[in-house]
Amino acid sequence: MAVQIEIAGEWMTARLLGDIDHHSARELRESIDSAVLTGQIRELELDFRDVSFMDSSGIGLVMGRYKLMQELGGHLRLINVAGHLKKVMILAGLDRLAVLDRPTPVKKQPELEKGEGE
Amino acid sequence: MKALNTMKLQFEGRSVNEGFSRTAVAAFLAQLDPTVEEVSDVKTAVSEAVTNCIVHAYRDSLGIVYITAGILPDNRVVIKIRDKGCGIPDVKKAMEPLFTTAPEEERAGLGFAVMESLMDRVKVTSQEGKGTTVVLTRKIRGKEAGV
Repeated sequence: MAVQIEIAGEWMTARLLGDIDHHSARELRESIDSAVLTGQIRELELDFRDVSFMDSSGIGLVMGRYKLMQELGGHLRLINVAGHLKKVMILAGLDRLAVLDRPTPVKKQPELEKGEGE
Repeated sequence: MKALNTMKLQFEGRSVNEGFSRTAVAAFLAQLDPTVEEVSDVKTAVSEAVTNCIVHAYRDSLGIVYITAGILPDNRVVIKIRDKGCGIPDVKKAMEPLFTTAPEEERAGLGFAVMESLMDRVKVTSQEGKGTTVVLTRKIRGKEAGV
């Protein structure tokens, strides 16, 4: 499990890659939190587009980041959450925290490096 | 009911094996031609049970996690996850949603709730100081069912 972090001002997108379980959650948590704190982030977006698997460790990860952003007076949003991941999130009531975005179709976005000329 | 096919797996309770064990069970399940959703449900439930062994049962030690799985003639899969760890003093309480003894690790306390919602049946037996056994049962309808 790895994470790609992009920061623009107070905005940060953390793109989670691979499986989220108890094994990977700690490293994810540490990477995300340290980037949020050093970058003084107020709007955190967790992108689930490339998450292949998630169990309740992912719920702990989301709830922990939700609390962190609340403490910082910021917001958390979850984007590109596929159906099978959403099932576990809804079970945990994460949708009631109103952070769960509508899932978008699983479609790879064109790579930025390729530019507009393709 | 006698199983048509069975498998046994045992591994050290290291967190890196969480991924290995759920993937191994999913691979065993493949012979039933399950749907993507069924595979995902079973993997998630197995991951919860194995994580419990590692986080709770073997909290202060390194122990062995034992998994057996069987396929019954009516397409039910029965997966038994067993440890020889500390045991659960109050199983009923442990199964309550949001109950956790490891909040510092950001454990949400939803492991059993997730297992119960994804499986047809979850049976937990535990003895303090001896260990815990979780039996997960799920009927696999498979792609043939044409959901």
